[in-house]
Amino acid sequence: MIPELGQICVTLALCLAVVQTIFPLVGAHRHRGPWMAVARPAAAGHFVFLAIGYGLLTWSFITNDFSVLAVASTSNSALPLMYRIAAVWGGHEGSLLLWVLLLAIWTLAVSVSSRRLPEELAVRIIGVMGFISAGLLLYILSVSNPFMRLLPAPPDGNDLNPLLQDPAMALHPPMLYTGYVGFAVAFAYAIAAMLAGKVDRQWARWARPWTTAAWLFLTLGIALGSWWAYYELGWGGWWFWDPVENASFMPWLIGTALIHSLAVTEKRDLFKGSTLLLAIGAFSLSLLGTFLVRSGVLVSVHAFASDPSRGIFILGLLVVNIGGALALYAWRAPGLDRNAGFRMVSRETFLLVNNVLLSIAAGLILLGTVFPLVLDALEMGKISVGKPYFDAVFVIPMLPLVFATGIGMHVAWKNSDPGQLLRKLRWPAIIAVVSGVLLTALAWGTGPVLTYVGVCAGIWVILSSLRDPVMRLFGKGPRMTASTVGMQLAHAGVGLFVIGVTVTSTYSIETDQSIVPGETKQVAGYTVTLKELQQIQGPNYTALRGDVEITRDGQPVARLHPEKRIYRVQTMPMTEAGIDAGLSRDLFVALGDDLGNNAWSVRIQYKPMIRFIWFGCIVMALGGLIAIGDRRYRAVARQADAPAVSGTAARPA
Amino acid sequence: MTPRRQRMLTVALVLVGVGLAVGLTLQAFQENLLYFYSPTQALAGEPPEGRKFRLGGLVEEGSMSRQPGELKVSFVVSDLEQSLPVTYEGVLPDLFREGQGVVAHGYMEPDGTFRAEEVLAKHDENYMAPEVAELLAEQGHPVKEQAAN
Repeated sequence: MIPELGQICVTLALCLAVVQTIFPLVGAHRHRGPWMAVARPAAAGHFVFLAIGYGLLTWSFITNDFSVLAVASTSNSALPLMYRIAAVWGGHEGSLLLWVLLLAIWTLAVSVSSRRLPEELAVRIIGVMGFISAGLLLYILSVSNPFMRLLPAPPDGNDLNPLLQDPAMALHPPMLYTGYVGFAVAFAYAIAAMLAGKVDRQWARWARPWTTAAWLFLTLGIALGSWWAYYELGWGGWWFWDPVENASFMPWLIGTALIHSLAVTEKRDLFKGSTLLLAIGAFSLSLLGTFLVRSGVLVSVHAFASDPSRGIFILGLLVVNIGGALALYAWRAPGLDRNAGFRMVSRETFLLVNNVLLSIAAGLILLGTVFPLVLDALEMGKISVGKPYFDAVFVIPMLPLVFATGIGMHVAWKNSDPGQLLRKLRWPAIIAVVSGVLLTALAWGTGPVLTYVGVCAGIWVILSSLRDPVMRLFGKGPRMTASTVGMQLAHAGVGLFVIGVTVTSTYSIETDQSIVPGETKQVAGYTVTLKELQQIQGPNYTALRGDVEITRDGQPVARLHPEKRIYRVQTMPMTEAGIDAGLSRDLFVALGDDLGNNAWSVRIQYKPMIRFIWFGCIVMALGGLIAIGDRRYRAVARQADAPAVSGTAARPA
Repeated sequence: MTPRRQRMLTVALVLVGVGLAVGLTLQAFQENLLYFYSPTQALAGEPPEGRKFRLGGLVEEGSMSRQPGELKVSFVVSDLEQSLPVTYEGVLPDLFREGQGVVAHGYMEPDGTFRAEEVLAKHDENYMAPEVAELLAEQGHPVKEQAAN
């Protein structure tokens, strides 16, 4: 009964999504007030019914109703309550319902906080979001129904994949999806503006906080996934260039470019075409990512063959959304951009370079991700693109970008005096190079040139970001807005990230060893002793637990307890690594296999500064959060219409 | 410089940069394509000499062996037509089992064995890597899918 009720709620939500699409869009086109007034109540009702539907599905998971197929395939009665709730998005069907629910939440947020927007713009945005939602709900109800019954009901469920039974992994999909779906707001803004034929500075100002919010969630979502992969997969890697990861990273890159392009549109009324295109691109890649990951196509095109109805539906949805948006762009974009000039050394140039480099990186990653699929579909052989390719296509555009970021933050709009710039940045540059080289050499000894370059680049961006806030502390320099501070903080986060990546990838030590309880190994100056191995019992698994003592020069450093778990239902072995986390380095011990003769294989790793990678991401997200708090995004429209360009020429965005 | 010439210069610089990047990356792309072969194909000499590739198939039952206490392990990968001995030194992934599908990344040794540098386990809910499942299906030995996945 409960699942059927849920299905009815979702069906009603679909009906309301159709209403939410048609009335506002037609109403805005024909300037009919009563039609437009339907938008907000419809969006609210759409949200309410989806929330109830999602709640009922969750209830089926909590009460272990294994007559529901989705529950039977991803949950189990022995599963702790928290993971039963998380199991809702552990499978394809439930995760898409979560996706649509999050879309409804974003729509609600837009409709509540859009009172200051011109009514036509606001209802068009709500209408476009309703359209996206309607398409997905149709997909869910027709070919991916999470409320599908499984009769006769099995006595117990298939259990949640043990890899997903982890707090970070339970949070990762909702966080990532909130980011993905958040780009739907930017997308809807772009479509609404093109429908109205008007893209101006005020529009960009309204769109900015939404885009930054989506980007912030995506940043945290990707960082969570990376952190999880690091400690849970048992390999100690933090990024594998796996197609699933790439699918989340491409929208991030394009979204980052969009944030910067929007800044130019807001401040200078330029780059309108690229802003619109990037908004379309960020959401299209999010949509593509969701479907590719969840439909299994990324690992094999032939996953479609096993369920062609899904495949055709997905293709249809992508074509309508992306194709429609691009067609609208082709029709409306010419003539939007005005021909205002800017000099070579200007903020605009740097942001242009930024957008180009980020787009190139995203494009090349897309090539590496999709090309194997195309070859496979054409029966031209199975290939995969190796990690070195992705490393290269990412580092080549990103390294110059990191250097340019340090300069770009201090360049004025329109035209900047290179001499003045040089005087301003001379000391940060010198300090960055000297300290980068010295610190690297002293802490870890020699390394390849690129390592020094990377560390210097990271320090350079951090110093350049901190320059203005520090000067401000001494009462010098211009006043700073929240969005400026947020921008500087986010860039400092990039610097931390770059340092972390560079040092970890150069100086990590990874060894696989054979070890007998009581035996001692030396790794990176640490003495690692496997004291003993013992059998323990978890709620739904049994495990072999190691007791590992790590000392350095006779001083105790850490006591780690890596586990090898066997989950009872899926009889799947799982490695729980023992990690001693520290700001300057991680020590990582994972249990491998029984080698016979009482010996076990263990993976022992020394990972310098790996925490900087995720710490940098958190700082970036924090920067985004502060930027959203800028008062001017909440200022009344009339004030913001006042001419501002002339007075803000020297003020950073 | 007139603004127009300056713009031209900007465009030219961007183009040169893009061109350079495209050239370098296409080269990286070429060098990093990893082809997937079955034991039958590998034994027929299809993989180019000295090039790394990915080998997929089933780990033959009872084929796994190692000197007690040693990291070095050997097993046989088969596509149910032909079998290829594989050696590997290191920690095997959690999902590695006899009778299950496996994808190994490495190269052919002169003695006709495959030297794996990496043994892959997919981190999704299916035990069988899709390439391996398809390979077996093509050879007329479809693998039963895990229930309800």
